[in-house]
Amino acid sequence: MITATVETRDNYLTHEYGVKSWLLTKDHKRIALLYLASISFFFFLGGIFATIIRLELLTPPGDLVSAQTYNKLFSLHGIIMVFLFLIPSIPATLGNFFVPMMIGAKDLAFPKINLLSWYIYIAGGACVLYAMLEGGVDTGWTFYVPFSTSYANTYVILTGVGIFIAGFSSILTGLNFIVTIHRMRAPGLTWFRLPLFIWSMYATSLIQVLGTPVVAVTILLVAVERGFHLGIFDPALGGDPVLFQHLFWFYSHPAVYIMVLPGMGIISEVVSVYSRKKVFGYRFVAFSSVAIAVLGFLVWGHHMFVASQSVYASLVFSFLSFFVAVPSAIKVFNWTATLYKGSISYDTPMLYAFGFIGLFTIGGLTGTFLATLGFDVHVTDTYFVVAHFHYIMVGGTLMAYLGGMHYWWPKMTGRMYPEGWAKLSALVVFLGFNLTFFPQFILGYLGMPRRYWAYPEEFQVYHVLSTAGASVLAVGYLIPAAYFIWSLRYGKIAPDNPWNAPGLEWQTSSPPPPENFEITPVVTSEAYDYSILEEMKVG
Amino acid sequence: MAEHIVTKKQYSYVFATLLLLTFITTTVGMMDLGRLNVVVALVIAVIKALLVVLFFMHIYWSSKLNKLTVVAGVAWLALLLWLTLTDVLSRGWLPFPGK
Amino acid sequence: MANHSLALRHQFDDVEQQKDASTFGMWIFLATEVLFFGGMFCCYTVYRSRYPMAFGNASNHLDLILGAVSTAILIISSFTMACGVNSAATGAKNALVGFLGLTILFAAAFLVIEMSEWHMLYKEGLMPGFNFTYKEFDPGHVQLFFCMYFAMTGLHASHVTIGIGILAVMAIRAWRGAFGPEYFTPIEISGLYWHFVDLVWIFLFPLYYLIARHLQG
Repeated sequence: MITATVETRDNYLTHEYGVKSWLLTKDHKRIALLYLASISFFFFLGGIFATIIRLELLTPPGDLVSAQTYNKLFSLHGIIMVFLFLIPSIPATLGNFFVPMMIGAKDLAFPKINLLSWYIYIAGGACVLYAMLEGGVDTGWTFYVPFSTSYANTYVILTGVGIFIAGFSSILTGLNFIVTIHRMRAPGLTWFRLPLFIWSMYATSLIQVLGTPVVAVTILLVAVERGFHLGIFDPALGGDPVLFQHLFWFYSHPAVYIMVLPGMGIISEVVSVYSRKKVFGYRFVAFSSVAIAVLGFLVWGHHMFVASQSVYASLVFSFLSFFVAVPSAIKVFNWTATLYKGSISYDTPMLYAFGFIGLFTIGGLTGTFLATLGFDVHVTDTYFVVAHFHYIMVGGTLMAYLGGMHYWWPKMTGRMYPEGWAKLSALVVFLGFNLTFFPQFILGYLGMPRRYWAYPEEFQVYHVLSTAGASVLAVGYLIPAAYFIWSLRYGKIAPDNPWNAPGLEWQTSSPPPPENFEITPVVTSEAYDYSILEEMKVG
Repeated sequence: MAEHIVTKKQYSYVFATLLLLTFITTTVGMMDLGRLNVVVALVIAVIKALLVVLFFMHIYWSSKLNKLTVVAGVAWLALLLWLTLTDVLSRGWLPFPGK
Repeated sequence: MANHSLALRHQFDDVEQQKDASTFGMWIFLATEVLFFGGMFCCYTVYRSRYPMAFGNASNHLDLILGAVSTAILIISSFTMACGVNSAATGAKNALVGFLGLTILFAAAFLVIEMSEWHMLYKEGLMPGFNFTYKEFDPGHVQLFFCMYFAMTGLHASHVTIGIGILAVMAIRAWRGAFGPEYFTPIEISGLYWHFVDLVWIFLFPLYYLIARHLQG
């Protein structure tokens, strides 16, 4: 492979210089990097809150912070991590960068709306930050009424407005992707030749577009009730707090699929490339993404089993919740079958993929435990739930995100990351993660409630293990932050296709030119066609 | 997709129908039909909505994809209403407090 | 004078693709709006199914004639909007500007009627949060009705206001000759938005104004 030097070829990074060329860009690749910087900021901010939480939980009494401060800490940790980090993470960074490239397009359908969505995100994030600096909220990221509407004396409206605004960023991104994927595929690129990352981004976008508006109006109603005393959820007037929960979880359950589906898409790409095999059961994996998106909307009541939802509704939701596990399981089986008899290389992205498959499986299975009514009554609102969702969001999504960042870093920046350090941090993350969150399953099962800042002595040993794990995990995240930045200046120059991967994004330079491709590609092969790559290889 | 121009005359038929239906729904609304009142009101509202969506908004002549988008939006709202109502309407069916 | 062929953005291959994408994008946005208002329709449905008598009683405090007239006005504005799209498609620039202007006029009329209704309800002590003094039959649930009423009509009114802004911009651009038979997509998609605003009211009217009206006689 001929390695071109970055200096002599015009690429999207060198095409224009100056702050205005970044802040007023319409290039999806630059917008992706704008998002990357902002969500990284929020990730580390959310991480700081997690650190303080874990430090408080080292000892049984509440001795590090006050009770209300603790409530604010877990609320802000949740709000920032869910709304300002996880939801936008993969779609707004890797999705923005690679959806057009993987379908052979010059940009997304609506580049100006793409830039607008970043500004909206920044506005929402700024609102939440401002609320946080003024004192934050203590309602939990779930804003349950009537506490949030009538009793909390923290910055509920301001935080709510911030999330409301950020929600529109999510909607616009989803809208952009749906139109782009439908209307701007390169000639020859039929639906069933699309990379599976595109299928998962498409499914994710469907959820963003259909679910986010409902949580937006719900948060608006909370703000309106608090601000104008329109007591829509006020029990004194006959309002129903459980109705709030229905509206909230109608979005917030599918939201977890917004978080995990893009990760699954990355895993499909990575598992294929580093086994040199096409993904087993392509159509099953493609349809399973859409199935998860649809089925994910049918199960929200499983967050409300003990909330005085009727028993019949709980039965229905419990029953449906088992179904949503099926398409996820199909993916796990198909990834495994892809690995079988593949020619496996243990590059860093693949290490993260292995981590994902194992940890997501544990997280997903514990989800089915929670879907079981009888068991849920025992462990609801305990650390079992906390462990379950962290296994999926951190052990799943975040690992996939890191895997995707490593996989596509050469393409985005034209630089290689240092493989030795990268493998080390993948290992540190995996070990740190399990040490942090596995003890929490035990804690929950033994009865430790979530959102409590003090606890009985007998739980301390598990909390100490968990906090120790968290410190290891933090190191595991700080090392990549450091070497990624380092690599921008000192990393090895990356070839156009360092992994010898199929896929349109690898058929252009690293970094890509502003218009992505010199000539619009015409697609004649199926997805993940390694035989063509073998023919193309010289020597 | 060929550019289909809808004439003002065609729009005026739709317009007249919409006004007529508004008149009907208001008049019927003042009569006592018991439980049928809400049914009639909603049926008329749906017919009016269909007229607006199909003809004013051109869905009748639009691509399958646009039609599907409309259906998806409405279907998802129906889903929200239906599953929420399965909870709300079945509370108190069991002889235990809070169930 | 705008050169219409320059309206093709670089990410699209041809004008056809661009128009398809724009219209599709607006329909997706409208689907999100269905769910946005839909959350409140859900609240309404739950509460009405629980407190039918109180809701019927409360509904009788709304002015039926004003409600019906508002409905008719929005329908007229939808008609003028549709005629505007037709004028754009046939290249009738002055007619286009005229119809857009009429649409804005009727939209403004709608808002005036709405504000006067709100004012009347405020005076009667039926505006929760500001002046709610109703104490007769089932005041809590009646108040809930009015909370929902103001929330939903308020959100709708904000959409009408935004619509007026959008149409005003369109009218100015049309006046300056930005549109012709080969390119009038912004008019079309503004029209879609406007019709949607009408659609919401088509449901709000019977749900709020036509409950148990026969009680009033």
